[in-house]
Amino acid sequence: MAAARRQGPMWGQFALLLVIMLVCVFPFYWMVTTSLKTQIVALEAPPVWVFEPTLANYREALFEDGVLRTLINSLVIAICTTGLALILGVPAAFALARFEFRGKKDLWFWFITNRMVSPIVLALPFFLIARNLGLLDKHITLILIYLTFNLPIVIWIVTDQFRGIPYDLDEAARLEGASQFTIMRKICLPLAMPGVAVSAIFSFIFSWNELMFGLILTRTEAKTAPAMAVSFMEGYNLPYGKIMATSTLIVIPVLIFALLASKQLVRGLTMGAVK
Amino acid sequence: MRGRVSRKTIFGFIGPAVIGLAVVGIAPLLYALWTSLHFFNLTKLRQVEFIGLKNYLTVLTDEVFWQAMGRTFLLLGTALPLQLAFGLIIALVLHQPGLTLLKTLTRLSLVLPMATTYAVVGLLGQVMFNQKFGVVNQLLGGADINWIGDPDNAFLMIIFWDVWQWTPFVALVLLAGLSMVPGEIEEAARLETSSRWTVLRHVQLPFLLPGLVAVLILRTADTLKLFDMVFTLTRGGPGSSTEFISLLIQRVGFRAFDQGLASAQAVILLIITIILAQIYIRVFYKEVN
Repeated sequence: MAAARRQGPMWGQFALLLVIMLVCVFPFYWMVTTSLKTQIVALEAPPVWVFEPTLANYREALFEDGVLRTLINSLVIAICTTGLALILGVPAAFALARFEFRGKKDLWFWFITNRMVSPIVLALPFFLIARNLGLLDKHITLILIYLTFNLPIVIWIVTDQFRGIPYDLDEAARLEGASQFTIMRKICLPLAMPGVAVSAIFSFIFSWNELMFGLILTRTEAKTAPAMAVSFMEGYNLPYGKIMATSTLIVIPVLIFALLASKQLVRGLTMGAVK
Repeated sequence: MRGRVSRKTIFGFIGPAVIGLAVVGIAPLLYALWTSLHFFNLTKLRQVEFIGLKNYLTVLTDEVFWQAMGRTFLLLGTALPLQLAFGLIIALVLHQPGLTLLKTLTRLSLVLPMATTYAVVGLLGQVMFNQKFGVVNQLLGGADINWIGDPDNAFLMIIFWDVWQWTPFVALVLLAGLSMVPGEIEEAARLETSSRWTVLRHVQLPFLLPGLVAVLILRTADTLKLFDMVFTLTRGGPGSSTEFISLLIQRVGFRAFDQGLASAQAVILLIITIILAQIYIRVFYKEVN
């Protein structure tokens, strides 16, 4: 009887799951297929679903319009800011997890509330400062400002990870005369690697996806890929195929990274509020 | 014994991060504070002068500012309930036993929207919601709806994309909460009552609360931050129908070049954010703990 009762809902479940998947995936399907259309096909009304695909949009976008260079810029910036966030954040996380000192709670709270601050609040003064220092359109400017969201995420995730490592290991090493730095590097860090990796993936995704700072703080030399995609939007006759080709090139790496870290994604996005 | 280390050691570990974040996070804020007390227009840099709180007075009595603020909370107030409702349905379906492979695939596809570059979501919106060549009107049976050019439709479109991108997040957070309910308790409750609602309300809800609080706080913060997707999709238009608070500040600062006024708006936004965060933490964390 139980089996009979389950028959009905099973089909309902099956259909519902398919709908959920379809809604999630369809925009990507449309993005990729549009990127394979010529401008004439892309501008057919109503849109066509079956057509002869072409890679011309990718060729033109990458090699004639300079999207390749902006992708390289985005990659360099995302890797550098992630590296810097790890170098600064991992020792800080170790201190927050292992040492007792006054003001620790406040400090931790301050690191974390940076997640709440709207980037536009920082964009205005950062633009003026960068302009005065001649730092507009330089990679380093974005690498530094992205620390405002990457450093908190690294500190949050890695602190959590360090706390999970038994303190006995530290103690044993300290009796042998190891310095705190050695303890962190040789004992705790290898064990904390999963957390470090996840925080690095997050930091990379956030930096790679960012548009506003890229738009305001770069012009040509350090232009990021999302800023480039937006600059196709000017003019009357929009090159839809090229815009979608550029979008596809931007989105594919993040999706791969996100799928790799999918188990930890929710935890990272809620900054640990949900385990 | 634990954690007895010298101050120098502590500073060596944590100092670089503190200094780094102060330089990129606090110094600019102080500069924004200074700018907000001045007449500071990018096209008239010779005329920078101290004007006290005048910019703040302008903002506080400015209808445009409060309309943008109201619009931002209207978006939060319409998108968040939808995200919670759909998210809960998805989480409950995924929590049911059976169809394991299909559920794994669904969980993976849920990851995709929330990782997507916001700017690309906006660009996709342009392509899919185009009145003439867009697939959305085609799927609606050849409708001729002007999505991007009509104020109300443009707002609906923004709600659609916000819901598309963040419902998966809510669903996965709630699913994580559901899986915390001990199996025996849930089984026992199901034997007691056949009402799913009763089980949800009395057995599962307590485990969902921390996740719900996190969602509420983060969605509020993210809506106040919302910029990239709307900028690429509508640039705040038509008119000012989708000009949310971050877009307004960007327009005043970088398209009207009034950095002084924009900085005052930014400082007020920051204060509102901090007050909201404090209220949320006071109200909810007490209940949860």
